[in-house]
Amino acid sequence: MAAADTAAARDLPRPTTGTPRWLARVSVGRLFTHAALLLLVLLWTFPTAGLLISSLRDKDQLAVSGWWTALSTSLTQGVSRIGTAADQVEEAGRFVIRGNIFGTDTNKQVDSFGLSNAAPAAAAAGQTLPMAAGGEITVQRDGSFEWVSDTAFTHSRGPRVFYVASIAPRFTLDNYIEVLTASNVGRSFINSFTVTIPATVIPILMAAFAAYALAWMRFPYRGAIVALVVGLLVVPLQMSLIPLLSLYNNIAQAFGAADGKAYLGIWLAHTAFGLPLAIYLLRNYMAGIPKEIMESARMDGASHFKIFTSMILPLSFPALAAFAIFQFLWVWNDLLVAMVFLGAQDSKLVLTGKLVSLLGSRGNNWEILTAGAFVTIVVPLIVFFSLQRYFVRGMMAGSVK
Amino acid sequence: MGDVVQQVLSAGFAIAVAVAAAGAYFWGTNWLLDKVLASSPRMTSGEMSRRDGLRSAIRPWLFLFPSLLFLSVYLVYPVLETFRLSLFDKTGRSFIGFSNYLWAFGDSNFQQSVLNNVLWLLIVPALSTGFGLVIAVLADRLWWGNIAKSLVFMPMAISFVGASVIWRFVYDYRGEGQEQIGVLNALVTWFGLPPEAWITIPFWNSVFLMVILIWIQTGFAMVILSAALRGIPEETLEAARIDGANGFQIFFTIMIPQIFGTIVVVWTTITITVLKVFDIIFTMTNGQWNTEVLANLMFKWMFVNFDYGRGSAIAVILMLAVTPIMIWNIRRANAEEGTR
Repeated sequence: MAAADTAAARDLPRPTTGTPRWLARVSVGRLFTHAALLLLVLLWTFPTAGLLISSLRDKDQLAVSGWWTALSTSLTQGVSRIGTAADQVEEAGRFVIRGNIFGTDTNKQVDSFGLSNAAPAAAAAGQTLPMAAGGEITVQRDGSFEWVSDTAFTHSRGPRVFYVASIAPRFTLDNYIEVLTASNVGRSFINSFTVTIPATVIPILMAAFAAYALAWMRFPYRGAIVALVVGLLVVPLQMSLIPLLSLYNNIAQAFGAADGKAYLGIWLAHTAFGLPLAIYLLRNYMAGIPKEIMESARMDGASHFKIFTSMILPLSFPALAAFAIFQFLWVWNDLLVAMVFLGAQDSKLVLTGKLVSLLGSRGNNWEILTAGAFVTIVVPLIVFFSLQRYFVRGMMAGSVK
Repeated sequence: MGDVVQQVLSAGFAIAVAVAAAGAYFWGTNWLLDKVLASSPRMTSGEMSRRDGLRSAIRPWLFLFPSLLFLSVYLVYPVLETFRLSLFDKTGRSFIGFSNYLWAFGDSNFQQSVLNNVLWLLIVPALSTGFGLVIAVLADRLWWGNIAKSLVFMPMAISFVGASVIWRFVYDYRGEGQEQIGVLNALVTWFGLPPEAWITIPFWNSVFLMVILIWIQTGFAMVILSAALRGIPEETLEAARIDGANGFQIFFTIMIPQIFGTIVVVWTTITITVLKVFDIIFTMTNGQWNTEVLANLMFKWMFVNFDYGRGSAIAVILMLAVTPIMIWNIRRANAEEGTR
């Protein structure tokens, strides 16, 4: 019966009433696919979104409410000591102490206040409460208070005022300004570039020549060298650290330097660590260039050097770009090599190292950590989103096929 | 400020020198080779072919020399030297045989690290590959699949340290009764359960750290597997559909067997990453609360205790763990080379 119905429906022209056509086409399976993928994408993006949103929030709000409440007003409780007798002024025969319970902090608003821990909301903002020490206090919404008494104040220790304040949602770049200036992250940003750019550029030409030789020249032990490169792709860097550090220190001593921790050392180290991938990736790419192109060039009497520089290098541009992006991200994101070969001196810390040191010293200041973390990831994210195609290609070639 | 300018200038200078030196080397040695071993019409044909042969025998080595030099100094020599150092004491002066290894196997931190590394190896590659495959299959069927893939892939660009901070924020803990600003604890308290300091609870804290690496590596698995899925011939899938196979049957009986080789490659690549995982542990717990792994333990013995012997021994054990995959990779590369 049902089958006959659908068959009949198919023969009819576009129905003008009843279930809309687009709704009829929506199948449960397809909806499920949409929902499942959406859930997974949300799972994968919410941590980064939380970091980004938090880094833009007012730091008082960040400390007391979750980032998912960023658009709503948050409440905070606090306590403040108000002035002593020394702060009083005499006005028209009465004695007054004025001030602001928030100090200079101006992004909060008083909802209610009280005079004991047990009753922080005894009176609403703008109302007046009698003080135990005599006189009456009025606290305004903006936090300014006025404590008025008919007799002179004599106390030397200001009484406490408890309050419930609301913080209106506020987005600001203050966290970034603080991180870039006060926390010296700006310097680390420059250090990261100092390490990354040369370490990305230096290996490229070297690897390209080696890759060409391995792809298009015939010579003994070629297979062994390819095997060596493939093997070195997976060697843990941990194997290299101790001997290289000793080597660097010995060289530094020979030249009378204090230690072997210099930019030159890390450039060369990153160059070498990137070479196996560079050679492997470029060789695979160059080997895929049609043989006929090579042979006709050879027929015309072109030398290997000439073929390489005028044909292979331009043709290999996508692979060169893929490697450059891969190496850039890897060096920029590296922590281990930088720690070992540059050290933990503040003026030489790269961004990853700086972030680790901030975690140690400012581990609970989320306004510093979130902004600092975003500064460290923003360059890779820009590179990633603008050059994703090349990055994917590099990655696919790098995972040994 | 002055030293910053100087630093930037020195980086620029280094790039210029490196590029110029490489260019000069490759161009110069080639020119020299062609000059010294030039063949001219006045030579006998035997002499000419001898010189031709010599030139083409030498040239590859000129092309390879700088790379081989770097690989030897920075990778081959250190690997051999680390093997040697692992048989020596703390200072690297007196030979003590396998004592460092014997120490390692009796050390409770080492045992803990091995146990944790095994857990990481069992869980991270499996879940990364699994999630990657599911997302690849789902995304390929929807119009917004490419956007979805980009977003899942994005963590690949983020450093392990940055990712650790991102997730530390997710796991953030405030005492009971306070407003939670970490997503996980907010969720838990919303369900009426007490908040927990997640990264201090042994065993589960390791799982929470693994989540970070899974979060990063899933994008990698997804991209590679997605490319492999597109390689499955449309006729194969069409035939299965005509035979009445549903989505799940197609997934398990057609797709998985067809891309099995790629799944293995993705799995082993992630396995190597997992074995070397260091930054996440170093940043999140530094091995406290039973989260130690080999790479972090090695770093401690090397740069905190300055015991080069024990540090090297741990590095060698890490190397041995990678070796089977390395040999397998080399054999496959050789097999490919043979067909070329």
